[in-house]
Amino acid sequence: MRYTYYPGCSLHATGVAYDKSIRAVFDRLGAELVELDDWNCCGATAYMSVRKTVAYAISARNLALAAKVGDDVVAPCSACYYVLNRTREALGEQPELRANVGAALAEAGLELGLDTPVRHPLEVLLSDIGVDRIVAAQTHSIAEFRPACYYGCQIVRPYPALDEDPELPTAMERLFTALGATPVDYPPKVRCCGGMLVATFPEVARQLSEELLGWAQERGANCIVTVCPLCQANLDLLNVGHQKNGSPAQIPVLYFTQLIGLALGCSPKEVGVQHGLAPVTIEVPPLPVTTGRN
Amino acid sequence: MKSLVDPRSGPVTPGVLSQSERVLRDAFLADIDRIPGASRLRHCIQCGTCTASCPVSFAMDLNPRQVIAMFRAGAIEDLLKSRTIWVCASCYQCTMRCPADISVTELLYAFKRMAIDQGIFPPKFPVHVLAETFVDVVAKYGRNFETGLIVRYFLRTRPLGLLRRRREGLALLRHGRLPMRPRRIEGLTDFRKIIAKAETFDLPQEEVEQERITDTVGYAAIGR
Repeated sequence: MRYTYYPGCSLHATGVAYDKSIRAVFDRLGAELVELDDWNCCGATAYMSVRKTVAYAISARNLALAAKVGDDVVAPCSACYYVLNRTREALGEQPELRANVGAALAEAGLELGLDTPVRHPLEVLLSDIGVDRIVAAQTHSIAEFRPACYYGCQIVRPYPALDEDPELPTAMERLFTALGATPVDYPPKVRCCGGMLVATFPEVARQLSEELLGWAQERGANCIVTVCPLCQANLDLLNVGHQKNGSPAQIPVLYFTQLIGLALGCSPKEVGVQHGLAPVTIEVPPLPVTTGRN
Repeated sequence: MKSLVDPRSGPVTPGVLSQSERVLRDAFLADIDRIPGASRLRHCIQCGTCTASCPVSFAMDLNPRQVIAMFRAGAIEDLLKSRTIWVCASCYQCTMRCPADISVTELLYAFKRMAIDQGIFPPKFPVHVLAETFVDVVAKYGRNFETGLIVRYFLRTRPLGLLRRRREGLALLRHGRLPMRPRRIEGLTDFRKIIAKAETFDLPQEEVEQERITDTVGYAAIGR
């Protein structure tokens, strides 16, 4: 299995732990990630607010480069996943836009490539590798983890990555239960974290994130598991300055790939646990060899 | 709800669009026409599912249902002056749940583009600068440079905000999450050609050449 890996800008900065852990997990599971050569920013949602054709054109450059390779694209950032899929859909449906974007790409000697699927790694791991094979590769116990599985917005809306109810996905819960962890019931799992409002309306973003954190703590979670670099950053930033008396306790905010990686025997450093703002003190002991899961 | 008053021509006569409103509406309809399903706007039954589903409607001065009502009533200028279109975090919950299949989120994007094109914002309101700064940064490097984006945004809008949030910045920095140097893509020349060509479809021809932004804040100010 080989995939074209589109890390996106955040995975080289605030989301560096996501980059490390996704590479480690795919490697352990024998799936090859080949980073898309010279990829550019997908445009995110901010670009769409300013210039429409430009927004589609820069996003389409990545699709054009990926089409030359031909493998399915894996986009871990929810915003990248959404923007690239939206570009595929919009250019497929709107002939005028498609012609204009095609003309823009031609300036760089590129051709439109809309046929390459853009997939989220959570869906790839579940569909192509499957829970059974992930469990079979498990070497370490994550039984002490009580994750609040948080999906956020853009992998379930408007292009649902998972083949299940976008209002109440359970893919991560099923995966982590199979790996021996105890996911807590987490009703706000598809509520918005505030996204880029963390910069523009910080007080609004903070309220949304604090509600998400509050739910997790109320339900007895000892970590939050996310699928998006922006969700992770927004929730993790609440850990800053929260050691004072009266403030809620810190709670580690992990990427789902970090938790899978730990179960597969990756070292905490390998999956970037050191980049989290709250220390992870939960034990990850090796599974006894004789009773290892298989 | 705000009263329907045009600041330039006084109160709006029922059934008659004001001059500025007519200009905005023409521009908007030209843009919205290219969004698939935009014609479904007229199917809105004002049920309020969008507002009830919106996680940030509490922070909006006009809720999403009112946005559609006001658009249909011919009050686009008031819409562009509301916080609402900028408070939307693009979570798509309204779009997902709308029983009339209206993509409310896409509508708000169309309003954002129009606000930037027409230069109409709520007073003392710098939020659109984030989107504009993002566009500048990406045009410069081919990728987003998160550290630079945030520093530049705050320098352009509220320098004190940087001070207030220094602890968060330092925490990210200490944990190796804020690279100090941007990564440029190799095909930057070609990338800019794509942008330049695509821009010609978004802008009236005479404006294309004036779009270069030069300022002495951001990278220039911090010697980068």
